[in-house]
Amino acid sequence: MTTLAEMKIGQSASVTSIDGVDEISIRLMEMGLVPGTEFTILGTAPLGDPLEIEVRGYRLSLRKSEASRVQVTAV
Amino acid sequence: MTATATSSPATRALTVALIGNPNTGKSTLFNALSGGRVRTGNYPGVTVEKKTGKAEFHGRQFKLIDLPGTYSLAPRSPDEMVAVDVLLGRQSQESRPDVVLCIVDASNLERNFYLLSQVLELGLPTVVAVNMMDLAEERGLKIQLDKLRAQVPVEFIPVQAHRGKGLNELKQALSTAADKPPAKIASPFPDAFKTEVTKLEQLAGEGALPRYLAERLLLDTSGYLAGAHLAGVTPPVIDALPAARERLAKAGAPVPAIEAMARYQWAANVLKPAVTRPTKRPDNFSDRVDRLLTHWFFGTAFFLLVMFLLFQAVSWIAGPSGDIIDGLIGIASDWVSSVLAEGPLQSLINNGILAGVGGVIVFVPQIMLLFFFIAILEDCGYMARAAYLMDKLMVRVGLSGKSFIPLLSSFACAIPGMMAARVIENRRDRLVTILVAPLMSCSARLPVYVLLTQAFIPEQSYLGGLISLQGLVMFAMYSIGAIVGIGMAWLLKLTILRGPTPPFVLELPTYKWPGLWIVLHRMFEQGWAFIYRAGTLILAVSVVVWALAYYPRTKTEPIRVASEREAVLASEVATLEKTVVLPEEEASADSKPAEKPPLTPEQQQLVDKKAELDDVRNHIAATHLENSYLGQMGKVIEPAVRPLGWDWKLGSAAIASFPAREVIVATLGTIYGLGDSQEAESKPLQERLQAATWSGSKKPVYTIPVALSVMVFFALCAQCASTLAIMKRETGSYWWPVFTFVYMTTLAYIGAFIAYQLGTWLGW
Repeated sequence: MTTLAEMKIGQSASVTSIDGVDEISIRLMEMGLVPGTEFTILGTAPLGDPLEIEVRGYRLSLRKSEASRVQVTAV
Repeated sequence: MTATATSSPATRALTVALIGNPNTGKSTLFNALSGGRVRTGNYPGVTVEKKTGKAEFHGRQFKLIDLPGTYSLAPRSPDEMVAVDVLLGRQSQESRPDVVLCIVDASNLERNFYLLSQVLELGLPTVVAVNMMDLAEERGLKIQLDKLRAQVPVEFIPVQAHRGKGLNELKQALSTAADKPPAKIASPFPDAFKTEVTKLEQLAGEGALPRYLAERLLLDTSGYLAGAHLAGVTPPVIDALPAARERLAKAGAPVPAIEAMARYQWAANVLKPAVTRPTKRPDNFSDRVDRLLTHWFFGTAFFLLVMFLLFQAVSWIAGPSGDIIDGLIGIASDWVSSVLAEGPLQSLINNGILAGVGGVIVFVPQIMLLFFFIAILEDCGYMARAAYLMDKLMVRVGLSGKSFIPLLSSFACAIPGMMAARVIENRRDRLVTILVAPLMSCSARLPVYVLLTQAFIPEQSYLGGLISLQGLVMFAMYSIGAIVGIGMAWLLKLTILRGPTPPFVLELPTYKWPGLWIVLHRMFEQGWAFIYRAGTLILAVSVVVWALAYYPRTKTEPIRVASEREAVLASEVATLEKTVVLPEEEASADSKPAEKPPLTPEQQQLVDKKAELDDVRNHIAATHLENSYLGQMGKVIEPAVRPLGWDWKLGSAAIASFPAREVIVATLGTIYGLGDSQEAESKPLQERLQAATWSGSKKPVYTIPVALSVMVFFALCAQCASTLAIMKRETGSYWWPVFTFVYMTTLAYIGAFIAYQLGTWLGW
């Protein structure tokens, strides 16, 4: 199983699950990352973190530490 | 338009609560609907700004409440609870809204419908304003609002908030919706979940716990709601939660994931028949701009340029605007001197009230300019990118990218910096940012640095004049503030504001042109908020310090003698002025003295007498100050400031500069008998400081280590009543400004001690 943090720029994938029941995982889900959602990695900030992804037609940025809670399967 | 005459809400103003995601144009819509007639305040006990406005439609009055922009109505802190309390009518200051107006971004309906789904569950009449339909079209989306209405039985009104289009239709829909019972909307949750919520409602007792709160209680794994002492949340209800969640997990509806899954499923279902999406999202202007602005090289270069311009502009305006305000205050105080006899009243108005008023308004141009920039950056969508670019650096001290702009702005002035910290949702991060912001070297420190470096730091330069020693010292002062600030932030995050690093899950909104109206509105709003909230306190502090420096006005023997001499001189000058006319002062400074015609003996006598009169008057003022409570306090604290290399005069000046640190220049002027109109570049003051000796010896007071010690003290101390007043307002508590004053003064003392002792030891 891979996580969102391990994906390369330009790759697309679908969310399978989100680890944890704390504020961070709730926030990720509220922003639309729920099982079955497809997204694309657009890039990273100049210092390598955070990431920028496109999900549900908008742009979202999240840190790699948060992205590593998102389990994904490639599409 | 029959609505006006029928039901009871027609006779009073309709209360409309406005809610929506950030970046949907909510503020624009609020301003457009209320036509700028906005009142701001604070909800008690929290740091959430309360904004209300008024609107009118066909004789019907609306009262609009603007709720903070949010992605979700799931309170996990007192700040987030405010919106839920207002909507459920549990907020003591507001009656329950008659209608909820939910604004959504047409180009991003799925995520916006998550919040809408929560709003619909509140059981209030609801109207949805669909903004940015043009942007959605650009994205290739086809949205059929009539098909949406068939799915969700509420009114969907297309609006263009920034052009003011669709407002009448919106007001009509609000008016109509208020007169009808709220539409019945099926819950998006599975049956197992609904059963558990009903059980909780029954446990709480009939009608004690609103259904929405019962749902939230079940979903809130953070434990905030269970511990928030809400009415209806009884121990049996709290005790029932773990078992209920366990049953749900077994039934395939795990808490908290079930909420996001259910609501996004609902959004997908209702949007499916109404929205047609292109297979591939077409690139638009914003996407191309974004590729450039988040590029590792061009993006970083652009970011540095924007930050440089922002910082420079605010620093630039500080000088000229300060001069203009000083000039105006000078004119006012000359006028007061001309109509009021010399005495306590004249001094109170000139040195207490006018100085206090000046101390307040001198910040207003800086605040307005900074918020002009910040409003542009926010409204066009760049602010989120700035946080995105800087996040990694800020994480190292335990903060997030959102703290960067507030801290950078604080180099110009801590007050707008602290006000800009409102964009940080996490309470701990916002507090840390606010608490360290005053450590950044603001423009008010500059006069102190300039006076002391020019007087005491030798004019040396290195690398063929490229680097001057004076410049190096100034740079060191700015660095000390930044380094100590970063260290302090790290320390605070490690100790009293300890907590997990908050998530950085941030929407990067589509770029758009900033709305002029929004930008200007924000600018004036912040300027006024500062005058209104901080003004009175600063004025009060200024008057207290004035009284300390003025009283007791005892006529000691030296003052009596000097006053007699003053009276004699004054009458001599008056007599001479009747017959002798002095040549007009040359306005231009570059005219050579040799070109002036020589003075006649009578003229020379008048000039000399006038100079002596000024000297005597300044001497009297200096003696009064020495005898005043302030002078006495300076003498009392002298043992404490001796290790810093200071005498009582510096001690008094430091106390007097509590309302505003730049006051030290004028206070030193008075203490050294030069009158109080001294400026940092003033040569006489620099010379007096260089000539000052410890009483009874020839040892000079001001040496390089003393000058450094004073500068370090002022770099780190909290000598600014405005900063503390705004901190009280932004944190909603007196504890934080007190804490900041104590910690900064301690740091300043330690820093000044090290600077003096180290400098002395090195033999500077």
